[in-house]
Amino acid sequence: MNLAMNLGTLISETLANTLDVSAPLFRPELCLAATIVLLLLCRMLPVLRHADSALVALGGVAFGLWYAWSDFQSLPAGGDPLSGRRELFTGLLVYDSLTAYLRLLLLGFLALYIVFTRVSGIPDREDGADFYTLVLGATLGMCLMASANHLLMLFMAVEMASVPSYALAGLLKGRKASSEAALKYAVYGAGAAGIMLYGLSLLAGTLGTCHLPSMAAELARAGHAGGAGGSVMVLSLAGLMLAVGLAFKLSAVPFHFWCPDVFEGAAAEVGAFLSVASKAAAVALLLRVTFALGIPAGSLGIPAGGDAVAPTLAALADTRHFMVYVVALMAAVTCTLGNLAAYGQTNMKRLLAYSTVAHAGYLMMGVAAAIAMAGTTTGGARDAVTAVAFYLGTYVFMNLGAFAIVALLRNTLRSEEISAYAGLVRTSPGIVVATAVVLVSLIGLPPLAGFVSKFLVFSSLVEAIAAGAERPLMLVLLVVGGLNTVISLFYYLRVLKVMTFDPPSEERATDPFPLVSVPGAVVTALVLPVVALGLFWSGLYAAAQLAGAFAS
Amino acid sequence: MDPAASLVQPALWPLTAIVFLPALVAAFLSLPIVPKAREEFIRWTTLLTTAVVFVLSLWMAWPQLFGAAGPAQFRLGEPGMQAVVKLPWIKAFGIEYLLGVDGISLPLVVLTTFLSMLAAAASWPITKHVKAYHILFLLLVTGMLGVFVSLDFFLFYVFWEVMLLPMYFLIGIWGGPRREYAAIKFFLYTLLGSVLMLLAILMLYFTSDLRQLSPEQLIASHVVSPGLDAAAQADAVRAIKDAKAPLHTFNLLALAQIGQLPASPFAATQLWGMSLEKWAFLLLLVGFVIKVPVVPVHTWLPDAHVEAPTPISMILAGVLLKLGGYGILRICYPVCPGAGLDFAWLVCGLGVVSMVYGAFAALAQKDFKRMVAYSSVSHMGYVMLGLGVWSAVAGHEYRWDAWAQGVNGAMFQMLAHGISSAGMFFMVGVLYDRVHHRNLEEFGGIFNRMPVYSGLAVAVFFAGLGLPGLCGFIGEVLVTLSSWNYSRVLAVVSAFTVILTAAYILWAIQRVYLGAEYKGPHGDHLTAITPRELAIATPLVFFAILFGVAPQILFNYVTPSVNRQVETLADWTRRVHDAPAPPAVASAAAPAAAAR
Repeated sequence: MNLAMNLGTLISETLANTLDVSAPLFRPELCLAATIVLLLLCRMLPVLRHADSALVALGGVAFGLWYAWSDFQSLPAGGDPLSGRRELFTGLLVYDSLTAYLRLLLLGFLALYIVFTRVSGIPDREDGADFYTLVLGATLGMCLMASANHLLMLFMAVEMASVPSYALAGLLKGRKASSEAALKYAVYGAGAAGIMLYGLSLLAGTLGTCHLPSMAAELARAGHAGGAGGSVMVLSLAGLMLAVGLAFKLSAVPFHFWCPDVFEGAAAEVGAFLSVASKAAAVALLLRVTFALGIPAGSLGIPAGGDAVAPTLAALADTRHFMVYVVALMAAVTCTLGNLAAYGQTNMKRLLAYSTVAHAGYLMMGVAAAIAMAGTTTGGARDAVTAVAFYLGTYVFMNLGAFAIVALLRNTLRSEEISAYAGLVRTSPGIVVATAVVLVSLIGLPPLAGFVSKFLVFSSLVEAIAAGAERPLMLVLLVVGGLNTVISLFYYLRVLKVMTFDPPSEERATDPFPLVSVPGAVVTALVLPVVALGLFWSGLYAAAQLAGAFAS
Repeated sequence: MDPAASLVQPALWPLTAIVFLPALVAAFLSLPIVPKAREEFIRWTTLLTTAVVFVLSLWMAWPQLFGAAGPAQFRLGEPGMQAVVKLPWIKAFGIEYLLGVDGISLPLVVLTTFLSMLAAAASWPITKHVKAYHILFLLLVTGMLGVFVSLDFFLFYVFWEVMLLPMYFLIGIWGGPRREYAAIKFFLYTLLGSVLMLLAILMLYFTSDLRQLSPEQLIASHVVSPGLDAAAQADAVRAIKDAKAPLHTFNLLALAQIGQLPASPFAATQLWGMSLEKWAFLLLLVGFVIKVPVVPVHTWLPDAHVEAPTPISMILAGVLLKLGGYGILRICYPVCPGAGLDFAWLVCGLGVVSMVYGAFAALAQKDFKRMVAYSSVSHMGYVMLGLGVWSAVAGHEYRWDAWAQGVNGAMFQMLAHGISSAGMFFMVGVLYDRVHHRNLEEFGGIFNRMPVYSGLAVAVFFAGLGLPGLCGFIGEVLVTLSSWNYSRVLAVVSAFTVILTAAYILWAIQRVYLGAEYKGPHGDHLTAITPRELAIATPLVFFAILFGVAPQILFNYVTPSVNRQVETLADWTRRVHDAPAPPAVASAAAPAAAAR
């Protein structure tokens, strides 16, 4: 009787919590799920057979985007940043400003992406429903990655984002390279996921909980007790294994080997998706994990700056130190290796793959600065998270633009080799200007969006140095970042050099690519924000600052 | 709200037009409605645009020419910033659209607009991709002018980088045989310098704090607009003073004020055994001297100048090199005065080394254009020496007048070199257009074949040599004289370099213009100078002579601003640098002096 009543209250409380608290903040994801179901129905029901799956997907994403926008709008601007924080589904997920920003970013990207793929012609009409189901499914996983608050959820989200990506890589069914890419990606992904799962179980076993904030509390308690003895070794090992899984998603060195092969084998459209959405989600997850474990002020619900949080923060200093070193070293190596490996590439997609590896490095520098400053200067940590969020926002346009150009040029030139672009400026100057804008923005030269992103990341590194947080390490990152900017110049400019300086090959069908056309309009729509965000970035910066509030 | 945010500032539209009109016309030319085939239209549009910008800059610099002086025009003899434009741009970082000119930047602006106009006229022989060439050329002009008028460090950096890409393509597409190598080398060197500069900018930004400045300093540096009424100014000052967190700034004038405070945070902050001020000075110096260029980092220059087409060589030598000198004068010294004093030997040493090395290298060249390029290295060495002679003579007796002489000389040398080097590159270009080679050994007898051209060319080369009565003389002599107070060895060396300069220029004149007959190929193409070429060469020769006989025309602009900056820094040296613990020492010394 008593038990039954308890069970009854439990169920009703859970239901109330789910429906009243969690579901309203979960609407964008629900929209995606509903759209996936609808797309699958399109495949099955004869009535819906002729519906354009891109339009269906776009409609669903538009709903999700609208909800994500209204959620983002209702974030408390400038007020107590923690008041917007909620744990959903009894702590499995967390909703805060970072979730809201990332969801908006991912769904906005998805809308642009669907329009772009509709124009570029991959997927064809037959594959449309499958393709968009996979893309939407992966994005759903990425939204969960951005809001994971529990080890179980973390793993599920990563897998949910990864598995559809494996299938996407093999989308070009007839092509051997595509199947090879899919297999390579799947095997690599499975290995990384296995190692990460092992690390997660070690963490959960040692700390006795899977809930990230509670894990931080356990870590702090162990720290108070004067170190956990032998378990430090286990914890470090588990942390490194978790880092392996995250590094795989980030395509960080040394877990980047899949990246160039997959990008080269898969269609450029898939590369665009993986390089932007997947990277954004992985960076968000990295922020999530590191902040939940190292800076518990927000996640434990203790007001920041209060006396109650100080001992906990102090007890977690070692944890943070460990995480900063892992992230910073990985960032430095990733950035440098990505840029150096891009040198020898002759295939444009492969070059862009290494470029995304390098950019993962720059993003991780921002994350490292954020963790380094989180213990000492909250404002600085907020600035660093803002820089990372801003970087992701501009990266959407830069990289989607770059891949859109590759895909649309493939349609006219039938090639993705850089040498095929020789002398393109003679026949289609518009697309060359667009490429120049995108690539120069990726180098990070003003007045383009890529410069502002890099400027913000570097400025948070300098801020960390000025604040004395992990000073030598941050200086190393700053120097590495600066040098990398210089060496990245070569390979981006080489593409432009081939397009402009070199004489066109003779057998090329001189198929012009006018900017006044549908593909031209898509490229223009993606490239204009790269210029606009380089000149007037106050708006995006304010939005990113809201996301950065999560770090306080 | 701040009335400075309003659009009714007198200088807003003139200055904005000077900077952005070329970019606007470039955007217009890039539209598909301008057909590629209408090359004459594109050329004339570009020339007209640069002419309009030149007239606008003249309108600012010489109001008497246009009737009564308006508030946006330059008032001669006033040392401070004039025609200041201030609009908020990125509020989160306090970045502003802050423009202004003073006696240091205005002559360089006029030089830039003047040379751009001549270079546009010199672009007629360009026949490859005319449309793209002129679009890039106009973008380059916007970048250069923007650097000279920016007073916000972020804005300065943006313009500084905006120049790079157009220049890369202008050298890489329209250049000579080794153009690709030269273009990437130029880009790489400059980008390395700018990344270092960016690091320095960020270091200075995050160490600066506007709250340390007095209300007068805030108003003087245009952080608080001087145009406000007293009450609004007081409010704005109070808002700054009451701020809880440090208020960082990119405002160059405010950074200079902060750098010269007795308790400058730049000097107080220590990083790895050296003050932040010194780090910033060195990083900025590397960024700027790559542009100047001085000897260890000069190797991009001969390649870029030789491979670039004639009009771009004129711009490179005439304007781009000046950006480095301008940056050192405008930013390095005022913002990091202590480091400037401590590193005076470095700046002067680099200057003298480039001077001598450039001269010897020029002497050894077989290629006419390469010789002219090395002469630029040598001549810009005088600029470095003049900027660096922080005359600490005999202990603590600072001769600010000697330093002012050096800086004035350096400024004059920059302007004179702008005229003479652009002229020399143009003269080489005229010959190259006819005979398509530049081998010094295969000329001779040009005087007989092209008398008018040769007369003008020899005048320009003599100006470059530094013959008294021509513009090159004044700057060199002032710099050499002032360096005597700093270091006699350097003064003697720089004086002897003049002999080397005379040697390579006279030898070149002898081999090219004198002699019995022309020895090289394409002798039948040596036609007389065309009216268009004459129209470009004559003004250059005219100004080379005018500034040689009446240098005060330029000094009237330059001297007030330079002297005030030098005086301020000399005063700073006495007040701050030589008084280790100012209050304690001063109060202890005063009674002792009174007792005596």
